[in-house]
Amino acid sequence: MNVKGVAPFVAAAVATAVLLVSTVASSGDEGKSDARAFLDGRQLRIMAPAAPGGGWDQTAREMQSALRGTVGRTEVYNVNGAGGTIGLSQYTRYRGQPTELMVMGLVMVGAIASNHSPVTLSQTTPLARLTTDYEIIVVPTNSPVQSMRDLVARMRADLGSVSIAGGSAGGVEQILAGLVGRAIGGDPAKVNYIAHSGGGEALTTVLSGSATAAVSGVSELVPQVKAGKMRALAVSSPQRLPALPDVPTLKEAGVDVELANWRAVVAPAGITVDEESALEDVVVEMTRGDAWQETLRRRGWADATMVGPEFDAFMESEQRRIAQVLKEMGLA
Amino acid sequence: MDQIGSLLDGFGSALSPMNLLWALVGVTIGTAVGVLPGIGPALTVAMLLPITFRLEASSALIMFAGIYYGGMYGGSTTSILLNTPGETSSMMSALEGNRMARAGRGAAALATAAIGSFVAGTIGTVGLTFLAPVVADFAITRFGPEEYVALMAVAFVTVSALLGPSLLKGVASLLIGLTVGLVGIDGQTGQARLAFGVPALLDGVEVVILVVALFALGETFGHLLAGTGTSTVEPIRGRFALTGEDLRRSWPAWLRGTALGFPIGSLPAGGADVPTFLSYSLERRLSKHPEQFGKGAIEGLAGPEAANNAAAAGVLVPLLTIGLPTSATAAVILTAFQSYGLQPGPQLFSGSGELVWALIASLYIGNVMLLVLNLPLVGLWARMLTIPAYGIYAGVLVFATLGTFAAGGTVTDLLVLYGLGLIGLLMRLADVPVVPAVVAMILGPLLEQQLRRALAISQGDAAVLWSGWITKVLWAVVLLALLLPPLLSYLRARRATTSPPEPAPAESPAPRPPA
Repeated sequence: MNVKGVAPFVAAAVATAVLLVSTVASSGDEGKSDARAFLDGRQLRIMAPAAPGGGWDQTAREMQSALRGTVGRTEVYNVNGAGGTIGLSQYTRYRGQPTELMVMGLVMVGAIASNHSPVTLSQTTPLARLTTDYEIIVVPTNSPVQSMRDLVARMRADLGSVSIAGGSAGGVEQILAGLVGRAIGGDPAKVNYIAHSGGGEALTTVLSGSATAAVSGVSELVPQVKAGKMRALAVSSPQRLPALPDVPTLKEAGVDVELANWRAVVAPAGITVDEESALEDVVVEMTRGDAWQETLRRRGWADATMVGPEFDAFMESEQRRIAQVLKEMGLA
Repeated sequence: MDQIGSLLDGFGSALSPMNLLWALVGVTIGTAVGVLPGIGPALTVAMLLPITFRLEASSALIMFAGIYYGGMYGGSTTSILLNTPGETSSMMSALEGNRMARAGRGAAALATAAIGSFVAGTIGTVGLTFLAPVVADFAITRFGPEEYVALMAVAFVTVSALLGPSLLKGVASLLIGLTVGLVGIDGQTGQARLAFGVPALLDGVEVVILVVALFALGETFGHLLAGTGTSTVEPIRGRFALTGEDLRRSWPAWLRGTALGFPIGSLPAGGADVPTFLSYSLERRLSKHPEQFGKGAIEGLAGPEAANNAAAAGVLVPLLTIGLPTSATAAVILTAFQSYGLQPGPQLFSGSGELVWALIASLYIGNVMLLVLNLPLVGLWARMLTIPAYGIYAGVLVFATLGTFAAGGTVTDLLVLYGLGLIGLLMRLADVPVVPAVVAMILGPLLEQQLRRALAISQGDAAVLWSGWITKVLWAVVLLALLLPPLLSYLRARRATTSPPEPAPAESPAPRPPA
């Protein structure tokens, strides 16, 4: 066999295999294109400013499938890093383009404050809040801490001796730890918060008995609590959660704190009022659809749809509250 | 046994026609890219990772397992035929394998490597099946930050064995890696370090970028400076069958290599390099033909090849159970898991058991596929090497650039890649090994975060670092690793005065560009 003739053939075969993989993998996404009038045949693109698999990525991809019926095919892409601020800084270049959406949430509000990000949410047009996920405070089953009141008593006695493990620095878990510290009359900066890159890693630290307690998203921890590996002390929701009816809220346990890890969708700044309301309609219609309701059930997210002036005011107040507590904790 | 049931479920998922296809595509592409000179498994996996992103998690992991093992097989083919190991753990294969190939016994060399890899890979995967859940159960309740700190100390001390002949140069490389590892948002305070206000640097530099830059770009730039040379491919003579004599000499070496590779690989400080070095010196000590070593002794290839593949399975034990990567390849796999939304660690088996068992099952399947693919096709792979060097390195540049841009999506990533590539070139010119830099970049940030966590929890009391029995044992290992080698060489020096010195094992610097 001619050696020189074989080499390009093999190279071509490899290239074909690579192409085959990418095309086969991307086909099957074709939906009928029944675009809204204002979209005028253009395709919506949704940025998930986080790695594949996280909450924002899941939200973006669930939107993608829930929107298929109304606006046809949408494209989801990920820009990973730094609590979403890397994605946000790239997102601002889409000024005035109504087909470019971005998923964001409480964590981005916190990251903008703690990273001193030069780009802020004022360079976006808030469209709608979509879901919330609450936080849960847990201890290992063999911990002497029996209830939230026990934990609070220990924190009041010596705030620094109570170590609380959770996700990334400046993230929703640390914000909750700071809010709890302040609500019980302590200095949020003295809360002994131990940051981890994710909930699983934080769990390892608390299960080994090193940290006193852990904070994590409820949906992440329900299996561990039900398996009896962790004792749930309190949840950060306004009412008890259906999945954990025996676990009190922080308010019931005497700590006046409520925190929802909300997720929302925004459009670029500089779009017209008409475009904004058209996009809001698309999103609201999506949240009422069966596909989205099924998503909420499957993922364990709470429906938190909120649009218009109400959502604008909510964004304002969250930005103030989060920036303040992060500042008090010495993080911003 | 729980594991067997879970594994059977895993096979059920991995054996679906679609997943078998992905496994086949994975091993084929993995071998095809791994066979390119200078591209080791870590690089293969790093460059091919983006093409798995579009699949659903289980198919992506299955294809990924294929790429991983395929890259390992491809790498050994190149080491043997071209003498260009893509990573330190295949350097020993190059040593004897290339001699065999030069002596016209390339066929036997490739065969013993392929079968040895299959035997070792399969035994290693069986070990993984039974050991991983046990380790995970143990680690989940015992390993807090202070245990991790001691563990990292062990890892750093054992890594110093890889620093190469010159301690100063090894430490220089270590410092480069530590510095690059500092870039980005600090995990404990959320403040940016060494990011210079560039948003793309806030998340730090990906390990993959450092690996690609130091290994692939460094080597490519090196070729650019030296002028292109066409590499010499060893003609493959004879059939791909081992003679009875070869087999007799190979099989004990395969088993010994596996026995060294898997346990050491599965240690949290192991990696794949140490067992291959150990296996080589063991085979040399036990061989009835020590005079052939350095001239193409088949057991000197069979042992390290088996050790390398057994260790590759072993490395998955600490990776999957405590989230600790102990080799460059494992670090890339960690990145891969995270991009599929999985966090390796004690929770992985309980939280995403189905996926993990499908992955482990596809490791078995990939192994069989590779043996079938490699024995008859080795001639074809070898012909890929007849692509002129400039073509291959141009391809490497394209792959590296595209892969980096696809993963990061900004020009900054490319600037970082090429900046680090130039550093890689300088390191190469100055004879500074690049492996310590990669290892330091992986372990440095882990050690720092765990140390600060441990100290924050104890409110600054350093005694917590040696409080439990696990930490005490680990620190004892650190002391041993520090004190034993000087002691041994002292004893050896004393003995050498009474008996004739035995030839020193060949030194093993970082992989070099082909001459």
